[in-house]
Amino acid sequence: MSVNKEFVKFDKVDKSYDGKVLVVKDLQLDIAEGEFITMLGPSGSGKTTCLMMLAGFETPTNGEIYLDGNAISSIPPHKRGIGMVFQNYALFPHMTVYENLAFPLRVRKIPKDEADKKIDKALSMVSLQGFAQRMPGQLSGGQQQRVAVARSLVFDPQLVLMDEPLGALDKNLRESMQYEIKHIHENIGVTVVYVTHDQSEALTMSNRIAVFNDGKVQQLSSPDELYEKPVNSFVAEFIGENNTFAGEVVDISDGKCKVKLSTAEILANPISVNGKGEKTTISLRPERALINPSDKMDNVHKGKIKEVIYHGDHTRVRIDILGNSEFILKVPNSSSNLDIKLGNEIKIGWNSEDARALDPK
Amino acid sequence: MSSENKQILTTDGIPLEVSLKKAEKKNKIKAFLLVAPLLLFIIITYVFPIGDMLMRSVDDKMVTEMLPKTYKSMEKWDGKELPPEEVFKAFYTDFQKLIEEEKEGKLSTQLNYTKNGFKSIIKKLRRKSKSFEEGNYKEQIMAVHRRWADVEYWRAIKRRAPAYTYQKYLKGMDMYENEKGKIVNVPEDRRVHRILWLRTLEIAFFVTVFCFLMAYPIAHLLATLPMKYSNLLMICVLLPFWTSLLVRTASWMILLQQQGIVNDFFVMIGLVSDDNRLEMMFNKTGSYVAMTQILLPFMVLPLYSVMKTISPSLMRAGKSLGGTPFVAFWKVYFPLTIPGIGAGCLLVFILAIGYYITPALVGGASGTLISNQIAFHMKSTLDWSFASAMGLMLLSGVLVIYWLYNKLVGIDNIKLG
Repeated sequence: MSVNKEFVKFDKVDKSYDGKVLVVKDLQLDIAEGEFITMLGPSGSGKTTCLMMLAGFETPTNGEIYLDGNAISSIPPHKRGIGMVFQNYALFPHMTVYENLAFPLRVRKIPKDEADKKIDKALSMVSLQGFAQRMPGQLSGGQQQRVAVARSLVFDPQLVLMDEPLGALDKNLRESMQYEIKHIHENIGVTVVYVTHDQSEALTMSNRIAVFNDGKVQQLSSPDELYEKPVNSFVAEFIGENNTFAGEVVDISDGKCKVKLSTAEILANPISVNGKGEKTTISLRPERALINPSDKMDNVHKGKIKEVIYHGDHTRVRIDILGNSEFILKVPNSSSNLDIKLGNEIKIGWNSEDARALDPK
Repeated sequence: MSSENKQILTTDGIPLEVSLKKAEKKNKIKAFLLVAPLLLFIIITYVFPIGDMLMRSVDDKMVTEMLPKTYKSMEKWDGKELPPEEVFKAFYTDFQKLIEEEKEGKLSTQLNYTKNGFKSIIKKLRRKSKSFEEGNYKEQIMAVHRRWADVEYWRAIKRRAPAYTYQKYLKGMDMYENEKGKIVNVPEDRRVHRILWLRTLEIAFFVTVFCFLMAYPIAHLLATLPMKYSNLLMICVLLPFWTSLLVRTASWMILLQQQGIVNDFFVMIGLVSDDNRLEMMFNKTGSYVAMTQILLPFMVLPLYSVMKTISPSLMRAGKSLGGTPFVAFWKVYFPLTIPGIGAGCLLVFILAIGYYITPALVGGASGTLISNQIAFHMKSTLDWSFASAMGLMLLSGVLVIYWLYNKLVGIDNIKLG
């Protein structure tokens, strides 16, 4: 059985609210069946608008959206059969949990005994058996969230949309809910389109992540690739922590490039630079730079420790190096006695492969 | 169990409850002082006048106090035949005193309320009694007019003996207590109040329905429009509110009269012919139209305040779960607006049931309400006790509606803003 690679297809979709500014520009996105895809981006980047267009609450200004091969722009939301979890849960406050879950089944005229079975199944999926007769107001935030998830799945939709569903929960609950939603997705194999501005949420849960900025998808790839191999400096900045150097390419050869900074020259991995004289921003993950490196590393420079912050499992060290006084290092707190003291000069090294020369900011 | 519980002491050894009371006493006094002005105001301007009204509506001391000796001597009279001599004597004594104080006119008016025919015979008695001789008053009084020898009239006097009466309430329901003490309806051609009560309920009910039908979409629009438009619309809703009630009613008179703008328009578009203009004023139509417009904001505001709190994502959720827009509205949105509907309907109905100026000006004969009748008795007939009785009947009617509402919807389920 072949998986439909284009279960959801955004085809050249534009969206403008006022006729002057495009909030979504020429969006081209394919979502495979059974995939968990996250739209990640800062607020105002167009990710929620995309979700609303898919749900049917907004219409594309140009282009077409296809669901399982059918154009859906002219289909009203209630006929699309897409489950949706809203930011503030949107549980019906005057109905019990049972009635909330029964709503989508009743409008589909599903017989009561069959509906009851489905509701039981959905409630046990989110481990809320025995809560059927409660009112939403009597539930905690996390429980309400689970009811909302159960309600969006109870009528067996092929596609579920989630609009920052965990935004209102506290940190611990959010993390456990992330795993729970991920497991539900793995168990029932439904296609999920998830919107969030929280990158760790996106990295934990998704098969693929679409990073939105300025109405465009900046990068669409798996979480590890997104983190390890950002294709431009926005993605590098937005996902995880990042040390940057701005400079100019002076030489490219053998898959390496030499970049001239204000004080020195370093070697980097040319990703989006093609020739000499191009401006570039070099991006380096903090954990890829080491203190007192071995000789194999092709970038070794001296820096001065400006700040030391203890974080329990690791220590963050801010270093002034090569004219960048915001250079961050993450040093694991092991028993080895490193000479990390404020004001000390230390040697820092990294591989040129990890220093990605991206577009200039 | 509870006797085994040790009394909890504070660190100073004082029982905790005593200490708590002491600590809270100051706050309680403070809180009371804060509400005291309002409490006083309400007592003076509300509780006291309503109490006075209640007293007035059942008060029947006037006759009792004018004929003290007569009623004392009547205690033993069984009322079957003419009263004995001592009753006549007591009545004569009381009557002479009234003549001295020039109060016999009042007595005749009061007794005439109870039974027609007292006015003339009291006048005659006054004239003749100057020449009365001592002794045998029964004969002398009975000789003044044959009605004085009619036992019915003495019974009528006796009926006024109690200091309190519920006659005014019966009158308000078009009923009275007949000679035998039975409560019966007044003749059909003299029943005015029941028609008025029913009409008041009918007009209040329909005005509430019209207000609801008009206010619901407006309130929904107000709650969902973007701020800059909704503010403008809100001002449009409130603008009539800021105009004097009299001005608004007068403008409806200009609009609705037979030579008025609305009729002119209908004639112009050919809806009615010029010699057959619609009568929209001085009848029920006038009351309906003007009262609906005037009471509309009282429906819009509570509805708006409730709808404002309903998240738009609820309707979206309803639709995304497969409900058609109508199902989403009817199953999700509408039930959530019920507190506002309850508040608005209760407010409009209660205001409409006691409405006065508008029906008085545009209602005409067929569009006036019970409040106009109350005002009529206050200002024209000066029968204040009857006006009070009807006022209290209106008040208790409102309280019954409130109670019913509480039973059906629950008063804690109401939201005024």
